Amino acid sequence: MSTARQYELVYITPPDTTDEALEQLQQQVQAVIDRFGGNIASTENWGRRRLAYEIAGHREGTYVLHVINGPADLNAELDRRLRVTDGVIRHMIIRVDEELASAERAQARRKAEMIERRTRRGLPPEPDENERRRGDDEETREDEAGGER
Amino acid sequence: MSETSRAPRGAAGDGGRDKGGRRGFFRRRRVCRFCVEKIDYINYKDVKTLAPFIPERGKIQPRRISGTCAKHQRALQTAIKRARQIALLPYVTD
Repeated sequence: MSTARQYELVYITPPDTTDEALEQLQQQVQAVIDRFGGNIASTENWGRRRLAYEIAGHREGTYVLHVINGPADLNAELDRRLRVTDGVIRHMIIRVDEELASAERAQARRKAEMIERRTRRGLPPEPDENERRRGDDEETREDEAGGER
Repeated sequence: MSETSRAPRGAAGDGGRDKGGRRGFFRRRRVCRFCVEKIDYINYKDVKTLAPFIPERGKIQPRRISGTCAKHQRALQTAIKRARQIALLPYVTD
């Protein structure tokens, strides 16, 4: 599916929100997502947390995070709906698939470079337990030199 | 052998930082923390990693102080701004 994207939705509810109300809220979110043919990949409840600043008179809030797969229209609709939902004092939807993919690429590239460096020096591609410490040191030095530019 | 081939590399890196080393006093060479720790994705949810880059006032610490490389400073900036939106970090303190 060409339109498949991954989003992270975080919303904050007042600290006195009951579990039932949270459940209901989640069902509302789920309903919107279903309508657009998306799905919730994972859900995390961070529980009560102190807010860094006051929102709508609250100093604390309950955080919920959903990782959502779905098309772009879903993002817009979800955003609109959450804005008018009373039980939510703050929400944020961000697209993460591209960032995560590029982070993964960077990691793969780093790994490939390490293997190449090591084979050039006639070592096995993966550092074994004994040399792990020393190997870490020298990689750090190379990274530092690169980071200067 | 590998020792000798690496030495000039480090020297070149040191010579390249004429801006940081002000004449007269020695300053510790600053390196990008994210490069050293090989962090590819700076997560806005991870307040612990972001916290060192926001001094008391709540502002984002400039690169010239923290030593973060341009690439990671950009990512850090987005992460901090996101964290602020969901009240994990303050916009201002006091």
